[in-house]
Amino acid sequence: MAKKLNMRKRYELLTRGLGWEPTYQAKEKVFSNESYEGIKITDWSKWEDPFRLTADAYWKYQAEKDKKLYAVMDSFAQNNAHLNLSDGSYVNALKLFIQGVSPLEYQAHRGFARLARQFSGEGAQIACQMQSIDELRHAQTQIHTISHYNKHFNGMHDPFHMHDRVWYLSVPKSYFDDAKSAGPFEFITSVSFAFEYVLTNLLFVPFMSGAAFNGDMATVTFGFSAQSDESRHMTLGLEIIKFLVEQHEDNLPIIQGWIDKHFWRAYRVLGLVSMMQDYMLPESPMSWKEAWDIYFVENSGALFNDLARYGLRMPKHHEVATAEAEHLSHQVWGIFYNYIHAAAFNIGLPTEAKMNWLSEKYPNTFDKYYRPRIEMWREMEAQGKRFFNMGLPQLCQVCQIPMGFTEVSKNDPMQIAYRVSEFNGEKFHTCSDGCKDIFDHEPEKYVHAWLPVHQIFQGNCGGAEIPDILNWYHFKPEDGGDYKGSADEARWKAMKGEASPATSQSNAAA
Amino acid sequence: MTVKCLTGEYPITMMDSVDRFHGNQLVYVGWDYHTSICTANAYPLPPDMPFGALTEAVLPSVLGPHPDFPKIQWDKVEWLLDGQAFTPDMSKSLKDNGVGHKSLIRFKTPGLDGYKGTGN
Amino acid sequence: MSEGKVFLIFQDTAEARPFINALEQENPKASFDYQPGMVRIEAMGELGMTREVVCEQAGRDVDLQELHLTLISLSGNIEEDDDYFRVVRH
Repeated sequence: MAKKLNMRKRYELLTRGLGWEPTYQAKEKVFSNESYEGIKITDWSKWEDPFRLTADAYWKYQAEKDKKLYAVMDSFAQNNAHLNLSDGSYVNALKLFIQGVSPLEYQAHRGFARLARQFSGEGAQIACQMQSIDELRHAQTQIHTISHYNKHFNGMHDPFHMHDRVWYLSVPKSYFDDAKSAGPFEFITSVSFAFEYVLTNLLFVPFMSGAAFNGDMATVTFGFSAQSDESRHMTLGLEIIKFLVEQHEDNLPIIQGWIDKHFWRAYRVLGLVSMMQDYMLPESPMSWKEAWDIYFVENSGALFNDLARYGLRMPKHHEVATAEAEHLSHQVWGIFYNYIHAAAFNIGLPTEAKMNWLSEKYPNTFDKYYRPRIEMWREMEAQGKRFFNMGLPQLCQVCQIPMGFTEVSKNDPMQIAYRVSEFNGEKFHTCSDGCKDIFDHEPEKYVHAWLPVHQIFQGNCGGAEIPDILNWYHFKPEDGGDYKGSADEARWKAMKGEASPATSQSNAAA
Repeated sequence: MTVKCLTGEYPITMMDSVDRFHGNQLVYVGWDYHTSICTANAYPLPPDMPFGALTEAVLPSVLGPHPDFPKIQWDKVEWLLDGQAFTPDMSKSLKDNGVGHKSLIRFKTPGLDGYKGTGN
Repeated sequence: MSEGKVFLIFQDTAEARPFINALEQENPKASFDYQPGMVRIEAMGELGMTREVVCEQAGRDVDLQELHLTLISLSGNIEEDDDYFRVVRH
């Protein structure tokens, strides 16, 4: 009997030689997207597959994962396991997830399908095909899992419609639009490397651990099921970077530029996660700052040490992001406290226990800068003057987040950071040096930003008054506002058999 | 650096050009060291509106709830227009004060540095 | 090989147990950080397991690629074959 081949050999035999040289069309026409970004590929066969997973093994394991997940979801629904949550307010983290993250999974599915079609190397095609299917699976399993919550809580009824229109969802949406509208190599550098390899641990690991900590076993299961694909995706990100810089020396500056850009883009999107982690989970297993130290400072530090021999360095402005780690969640949450009447989830002032946790986790910043803000808002609420920002915010032209970030790295943490560029005789405002660099590199691209606030003023969003706009978003009046006194709180208390003290209050603020 | 594209020239559409705002221009106004109001706010305003209407009619609708707001002495306020110190003429229009489309107006209120002086 | 940190994160489930136990047995210097629902296993420079020990721990024949079912995340460069799986820093 012939000796069994080793894994590498088997994998090569099963994945190579699947392509062919086209004869009745020029190769450049068949793979038309492959060269216009300036990336030079001399030999696709040098592609080293990170995980040597063949199609048969892939289907087997993916089927297994889905079988397990659906079993958990069934038993979760049968047992009304949402009643085991630490608190009804926890569900707001899921609302943000289904509105902000699940549509990105679908966008990633589309993006990787394009790559699978456009890369001419078979190894890369197969890796991208598998990832495209994975991403679609993630979108579907997330929708299925969260549909159980949609039966009992508000704000989860139309996430894909919301994702295309809503002011705070334009933040994740525009990041993916940016990557998808670029060439295939920029897309994969952005999504597989900057987002998946460098930063995705910050999204999924604390989110799912937070779900476990708060009794949400259904979300834990879909999250970890998705994340088990993620380790494959991350390795693809690392592989593509190494492959590209080894293919041609001209690729290095292009790749470094994309790493710089997409690190900053993805980091800004994760601001939403920082708020979720520190403020929206009733019980937080880990602060944003702790997660940043472990998964960025330590882990990416080691990663970029490995990559130094390829000539790559840490992404530009990474030290700003690290300095901001002690401020980020507080500032993003502050933005949502200002505008929660125009959101489709609920928040509220932190409890005393939560404030003490924040003091402990943020000894340099919370008591000095952010506790006083919360105390001021608490006083105003006690006087019946809950503060809502009744104007519309100035948005960053690039990340599209309301311009609420401050000059942390200039040692002026209570001064809003303002940056401005001129293009074609018009001013364009950005929130940071990171976003300004991105704008200045390709201003022609970012003048096309669909900025929700400007679109409202142009009359393109259903009307001039806030209720008209919320209606155009497909928000219901009870979807937003403070958790205290919300329809969800009343429903949660009724489900738990507790009397609601808030039944006489109105639901949302606006 | 120009955007690389598959074919032809990258098209440019100015999504926020002034002609799209129905006769108004966009103006951003931010109050330094009052970060409990999370950002500068965006306002679509007629270029011919007197600058004084900004402090009397426009800003109170958004900044009014802040406990420092009623204490502002407007004649002591320090103004910045697009990064440069300036002294507005309250009776003149925004345009004649040099406020253009997407201008950023910032103001500081010395002695009023937010809730308990914390910049909030 | 540099001394940078590598890690593997597994779901904290019975299914992942043979992999976690094998890592514990074969990497005496690794640290195990249990968090809700998951365990992060860290080491300097290298972290790995062999099929023999995983099979022993599971009490059955295991294909190492089964770790895809419970692996949550990793950091480092992968080296794998039928008989071993490890992450290393270069």
